[in-house]
Amino acid sequence: MTTLARTPVRARHGLLSRHEIQTLLLPMATLAVVLAPIFWINPNTMSYFGLGLLLNLAVPMILASMAQLCIIAVNDLDLSIGAFISLVSCIAVTWLPERPLLGVAALIACVLLYAAIGALVELFDLPSIVVTLGLSFVWGGWALILLPMPGGATPQWIQDVMNLAIPVVPTPIVYAVLIALCGHWFLMRSSLGVRLRGAGGNPKAIVRSGGSVVRAKALMYGLAGVLGILSALTLVGITTSADANIAQRYTLISIAAVILGGGSFIGGKVSPIGATLGAITLGIAASFLSFLNIAPKWQIGLQGAILIIVLSMRILLSARGERQ
Amino acid sequence: MSAARATMGAALQQRPWVWSFMGAAVLWLATLAVAGPEAAFNIGLSAFSFGALMVLVGLGQMLVVTTGPGNIDLSIPSTIALAGALGLRTMGGEDGGILLGLLVTLGVGVGIGLANYLLIRLLQIPPIIATMSSSFILQSLAIHVGQGLKITPPQLLASFATGWLLHLPQLAWLVLAVALGLAWILGRTLFGRFLSAVGQNARAAWLAGIGVERIRCLCYVLCAVFAALCALLIAGFSGGASLDMGNEYLLMSVAVVVIGGTSVTGGRPSVAGIWGAALFLYFTNTLLNVVGLSAGERSVLSGLIIIAVIVCSGRRRQYR
Repeated sequence: MTTLARTPVRARHGLLSRHEIQTLLLPMATLAVVLAPIFWINPNTMSYFGLGLLLNLAVPMILASMAQLCIIAVNDLDLSIGAFISLVSCIAVTWLPERPLLGVAALIACVLLYAAIGALVELFDLPSIVVTLGLSFVWGGWALILLPMPGGATPQWIQDVMNLAIPVVPTPIVYAVLIALCGHWFLMRSSLGVRLRGAGGNPKAIVRSGGSVVRAKALMYGLAGVLGILSALTLVGITTSADANIAQRYTLISIAAVILGGGSFIGGKVSPIGATLGAITLGIAASFLSFLNIAPKWQIGLQGAILIIVLSMRILLSARGERQ
Repeated sequence: MSAARATMGAALQQRPWVWSFMGAAVLWLATLAVAGPEAAFNIGLSAFSFGALMVLVGLGQMLVVTTGPGNIDLSIPSTIALAGALGLRTMGGEDGGILLGLLVTLGVGVGIGLANYLLIRLLQIPPIIATMSSSFILQSLAIHVGQGLKITPPQLLASFATGWLLHLPQLAWLVLAVALGLAWILGRTLFGRFLSAVGQNARAAWLAGIGVERIRCLCYVLCAVFAALCALLIAGFSGGASLDMGNEYLLMSVAVVVIGGTSVTGGRPSVAGIWGAALFLYFTNTLLNVVGLSAGERSVLSGLIIIAVIVCSGRRRQYR
């Protein structure tokens, strides 16, 4: 269980502590196992363009996973993030180019609403799953009102950010590393991040040290809203248009990515770097199948299988660790 | 005055399901005021068909939720998709294949329930993650089996699911019987008592010699079996099995459990509340429809209503 005192100060070697590196071994191995056959079958994928194409859609998925990670860190679960990202995508291709002020105001309102839901969940001791399931209908309905038919046009500046050609290292990798490091620094290193995680790991300790769990949850939910917005903006930057269900599948994929990355439901134990690796792994599962000539209908099944295999490995490894 | 209110409050707290029926009645009266007696009467009857499907899935979810905090089955939509596709393909549109198809469907339900339970037990992961992982795999299997087609049901199944008996839909009678049976089991048999004990305090139940794991397993299996059975009824009712026919049932199943007054922390099921909540949700949707709202607006409002109801029940919980 991650508590306030758990951040190992002495064992820290530069960027990551030994414990953090151990947590990351399994997600890294999983990514390697999925990547290796792709590189083996088609070595061209190892090039600048190949990697860029392979990881093209990874950035919005990583941001969605980060949003989910914020919620899981405070012991809750967000079943509405996919619908939320769909809604913001619709706002981004309708209001944002036509009426920028209204668009920005709507996005700010979304973040505040998210934060309010976080406070509500804590204040009334509500099951987050049920509340966010209801919330998903609110986001989904609003998206449908905004954009009944697929369409719209993404503002040019968003497309430019996503099409930016960074030399030497493929752009999606640069973005992924940036997101992972920012997330790691904020949640695992900054004192605010540690306090916020404490709201999931040991709420009593937070209250006794004069903090407020309600405020922490509101902040984390609000942060999830901000990350969800970033995810939607990067998504429409790639797709250039949107529809009301564009990101529905992100809900479950983001949970899976956090869990794959070493996150656990109990005690606010999360790893931003691990979640990034998890999101990339799940994202390239589709390419993995197409390189192996397997029908895309097995994509989601493969994602489930990866999850089950990794969780089994975790059990096996921890059982061995206990025996030693 | 305050004493009378206190006794009434206590009586309501003993029976949290009363709220859902009161809500349903208010909404039906509102429909009556807006749409007139004939339309309201017809809506009331059709609520029993649609409501019955929600109740069947909701009863399963209720059993799972009752086994303790954190227990939930997210694989219901994919169970419905896979069981419906396999069952109807086995039937092959022939009345003669119904029995075999029914057996296959029930078998699929038992298999999925066991798989869910084993994932939770062996991998020691939260039920949400376990049932989510299995639902991923079930979805792929359902796509494989269904091949993206709408599989037509046999004539007999379709006429059963849409048929009427004694002024009520046959579906409603069937699910009413299931619900009454389950209510009796939960209230009067050892299994029901054991389930409540496990849900309220699993360790105490274990120390008292109750087979905690067996009861949990049975609940997950029953939940998947109810969902599988519901898949056949939906397919018969709507003229075919499609991949996405179960999608809305995840929210519905959880919503009817919570609105119906079943304790989310486990150990306190409420069969009657499931019926009340299903009628409440159906009347909400039709009322918004009658008022002339679009699909998007209906969705926003029903989401807000569900959240509002949950917030209200949360406040009640604090007073206890």
